[in-house]
Amino acid sequence: MNLEETVENVAVNLLRFAVTELPKDVKEALQKAYREETSEAGKTQLKAILDNVELAEKTRTPMCQDTGTIIFYVKAGAEVKHLDKIENALRKATRRATTKVPLRPNAVDPFKQKNTGDNTGRNIPYINWEIVAGDTLEITVLPKGGGSENVCTMGMLVPGEGINGLKKFVIDSVIKAGSKPCPPNILGVAIGGGSDIAMKLAKKALLRPLDQPNPDPELAELEKELLEAANSTGIGPMGLGGKITVLGVKIDYAVRHPASYPAAVAFNCWAARRATARIYPDGNAEYLTHKLR
Amino acid sequence: MVTYKLTTPISEEDARKLRVNDVVYITGTIVTARDQAHHRALQFHKEGKELPINFEGLALFHCGPIVKKEGDRWIIVAAGPTTSTRMDIFEDEFIQNFKARVIIGKGGMGKRTTDAMQKYGAVYGAFTGGAAVLAAKAIKSVKTVEWLDLGMPEALWILETEEFGPLTIAIDSHGNNLFEDIKNKTEENRIPIYRKLGIQK
Ligand code: SF4
Repeated sequence: MNLEETVENVAVNLLRFAVTELPKDVKEALQKAYREETSEAGKTQLKAILDNVELAEKTRTPMCQDTGTIIFYVKAGAEVKHLDKIENALRKATRRATTKVPLRPNAVDPFKQKNTGDNTGRNIPYINWEIVAGDTLEITVLPKGGGSENVCTMGMLVPGEGINGLKKFVIDSVIKAGSKPCPPNILGVAIGGGSDIAMKLAKKALLRPLDQPNPDPELAELEKELLEAANSTGIGPMGLGGKITVLGVKIDYAVRHPASYPAAVAFNCWAARRATARIYPDGNAEYLTHKLR
Repeated sequence: MVTYKLTTPISEEDARKLRVNDVVYITGTIVTARDQAHHRALQFHKEGKELPINFEGLALFHCGPIVKKEGDRWIIVAAGPTTSTRMDIFEDEFIQNFKARVIIGKGGMGKRTTDAMQKYGAVYGAFTGGAAVLAAKAIKSVKTVEWLDLGMPEALWILETEEFGPLTIAIDSHGNNLFEDIKNKTEENRIPIYRKLGIQK
């Protein structure tokens, strides 16, 4: 197979799937939220979100006008050849999807304030690499909306405060964000490593499906505790009041330096878009989050 | 909570009937305007120049739509609301001078706008953030576009809509501001949440 071509075609599909159709776990979480919300204003918002999601899927149009910054996660099997071609393939796919889907051009030069017009530019699309054993290639795309990105928080907490410091940091972040990140949100939370590592892990945690609890029972408990706390703020869907402010909390961590306690909270909005495919050595692709259509 | 279906032009009396938490759908004319269109409209007013459209009784939508042209027809591709707080510095004068009755956006607006709404009889309707497909569906046609020289997102797009909504009334003409209420309640909830999580202070 021609790896570059295959990756490009698969990635165009992934981009289209991601922005037009939410993964099943997110859809189900929104439906559950609608059933459980008790505030009328909150219910109205959730109904509008569900209608919008359904309409987007049916008409194959982006569910939100902000189709995000394009971020890829690549799990590359060590036996896959021509891995050096993948970056270019993903850039080409991003350009093609921008005109074809279409995606909103969201890549602006921070110095010249000029929009590149095709969602690519220096370091974007950003690719997170992971080398794993095997001969397959797993590609995930995370189109990340700006409204929810603008309220992400990173803090170097006091180690002595321990886990309570983290809990406070998360709740303070949710209250400060209020209606801005288009709630209900998904929170990726990470501790340790270092400032950059914590934020990277927090964002990556957003990829874990909502119906998959943390494999570590203590962290699963903490996720539940933080979810309940966030949903006691009263912010509600779109900040109009209600009990569903957050759909899920996903925690990851790295061990830390004795003197540091880095913490990061990555917010995703109700339009929690992601899509994954696995490419096999024969060039066949299996779509893990969406049905090919 | 009451659900209303309103048709433009909306009278002051009708606008004053609405209360926070009510749900409204609008059929008729909705005009998009962001920062620059607000700025220019107020500038025109100051200079005594006539505006390209009479806003009285219409709905103003904080939105920078994605529009494409097919032949000589404009088609709205996506039209989600933008954050309204940026328009807070213009909206009181806008409501006073042009008598728009419904302001549509996301995230709510501040005290200046709330006061003007109370004084002149207008409301703020929150449209679901990001719900661009739902918005586009209710837009039946683009009547015309003015001030296109400001750029596609900033121009005045004059839209013909059918049951555009749901809009949750978040500011009414009686001084109520739902976003402010929720913010205050959230603040009150902070300490009990800390306590429940076992956080001192
Ligand atoms: S925060 Fe999310 S849903 Fe809201 S406008 Fe941005 S991308 Fe869309």
